[in-house]
Amino acid sequence: MVMTQAPPEATAQTGPPKPAKRRHVNRTLYLLLLPGLLYFLVFHYGALFGNVLAFQDWIPFLGVRGSAWVGFAHFERMFTDPLFWSAVGNTVLIAILQLVFFFPAPLALALLLHSIVGGTVRKFVQSVVYLPHFLSWVIVVALFQHMLGGAGVVNGWLADLGVGGIQVIGNPDLYKPLVVAQVIWKECGWATIIFLAALANVDEQMYEAAAIDGASWWRRLWHVTLPAIRPIIILLLVLRLGEFLSIGFEQFFLQRQSVGAEAGEVLDTFVYYTGFASGDFGYAAAVGLFKGVIGVALIYSANKVAHRLGEQGVYKS
Amino acid sequence: MSGYPAWQGRPTLGVRIVKGVALAFIVALVLFPLWAVVATSLADPQQVIDNGGWVIWPERLSFEAYSEILAGGIVSRALLVSGGITVVGTALSLVCTIGLAYALSRPRLYGGKPLLLLVLFTFLFPPGMVPLFLVVHETGLFDSYAALILPFLINVFNLVVMRGFFQSIPEELFEAARLDGAGEWAMLRRIVLPLSKAVMAVVGLFYAVAYWNRFFEAIIYFNDQTKWPIGTVLRQYVTGGAALAEFGEAGTASPQSVQMAVVVLATLPIVIVYPFLQRYFVKGVLTGALKA
Repeated sequence: MVMTQAPPEATAQTGPPKPAKRRHVNRTLYLLLLPGLLYFLVFHYGALFGNVLAFQDWIPFLGVRGSAWVGFAHFERMFTDPLFWSAVGNTVLIAILQLVFFFPAPLALALLLHSIVGGTVRKFVQSVVYLPHFLSWVIVVALFQHMLGGAGVVNGWLADLGVGGIQVIGNPDLYKPLVVAQVIWKECGWATIIFLAALANVDEQMYEAAAIDGASWWRRLWHVTLPAIRPIIILLLVLRLGEFLSIGFEQFFLQRQSVGAEAGEVLDTFVYYTGFASGDFGYAAAVGLFKGVIGVALIYSANKVAHRLGEQGVYKS
Repeated sequence: MSGYPAWQGRPTLGVRIVKGVALAFIVALVLFPLWAVVATSLADPQQVIDNGGWVIWPERLSFEAYSEILAGGIVSRALLVSGGITVVGTALSLVCTIGLAYALSRPRLYGGKPLLLLVLFTFLFPPGMVPLFLVVHETGLFDSYAALILPFLINVFNLVVMRGFFQSIPEELFEAARLDGAGEWAMLRRIVLPLSKAVMAVVGLFYAVAYWNRFFEAIIYFNDQTKWPIGTVLRQYVTGGAALAEFGEAGTASPQSVQMAVVVLATLPIVIVYPFLQRYFVKGVLTGALKA
């Protein structure tokens, strides 16, 4: 393996080289990286190899060697499975709603935060809005149930006012707005960090010049602020589009049952229920693999688009 | 007192009122649900029942809900499990992340570039749920706490943040140490680690929060429910609505108070570490974002 080889370019380094010493140096480094490398090999590349399940009728008891190979049968079944397409439809719809409502929200919040001059107020508001990012989805869902549930705080208030309550939790019609509201509540503050950093880097002189020319607040926003942070907006948009189908799993896993499959099934929960609830692991793996491949294709094309637009994109070349 | 730049001037009173109201509303939107949960968990059982399951302002504080769930039932055990997984997992994750990040940050590591690509590629194609389940199955981690740690040992984002920080340490320091005869191990211990306390704190806390919050994996990897961490218990009987009796815990506290007390106990450690986390995370996130 690589471990026994001395670096060929090492002789070009400064100082009088001692070959024995250099080999020792490398051994230490390889020892340091070994546990981490093993982790990636087993749990990432092992799992990548585990995608062979998608071409098998895997039975846990028989293992990969003992289970029957079925070729592309799972994929053929997938394309004609109405439940699969219903999950695709829900996933795409939620992703679009997230893009329309969740993506601009942190930008608006960042502009508001950036416009606060008082340091203490701004720090306080930032501390508060970053907090939900660190709460787990179980806690967030529990909080929403306590607030909006049938016996929750909001419905209690509405009853006190003599207005009929609204069923938000467990209502298939309101499920998609609810999950988007939850993700905004949890992540909007956190997502402002990058926008705030970009806003802090905008050249003050540009504002000054614009103000001297008599530009109003709106015109300064439109002609100075937004063009200045355009690269970061495009980069984040590309990242978002690249992960278009990754709308999250835990949030939907926790709430899917309360509204049923028709409204609540997304691709990841479809994989879970097919694999772990029905024991159809091969089919579930096929759907997961399909989603992963589409995901890589999306990131790749989103990055191409970013380059076309003259921005740096997610990765270079 | 105006700190506004000269070209901008002080906004009109109307604008300032609108902004103030907007900010107060946003802050309330985040804090009020947390307050309502704490208040309900601490309220007198009778008040909770009279009010229909929730309380905003407890008339009399009652700690019954807490003493009930902390008396040694499934919630107490789950808190211990979560605490143990968080401590052990964070320590292991930090050691492995530091080792890999340090090795990959050294310019002279033979094979460093392909190894880095090997690691970064996993970011593009994260392991699917079923294949990962297969790996956990094949490595015999079922029903073992290791199943909640090992599959999440290193987070690529944390690795990139740490490697970026190690790379920003001036090369002259390493050169000087090398002249003194220090090997890579000595350099890591004497130069890198003392300089990286802040980045280790933030990465460690990111790991700790992730371990504490993990709940789903216990559902698929554990047959034995007594091994569940707090998140999984919370899911089962707060968001999932399973009866308390199922857990062998029925007492005088109102069920809603008990549920909310579980939510509070699951949230509390996060809120406690949050101020420490906050000092570093913005910087950590930004370096990571720029490198990625």
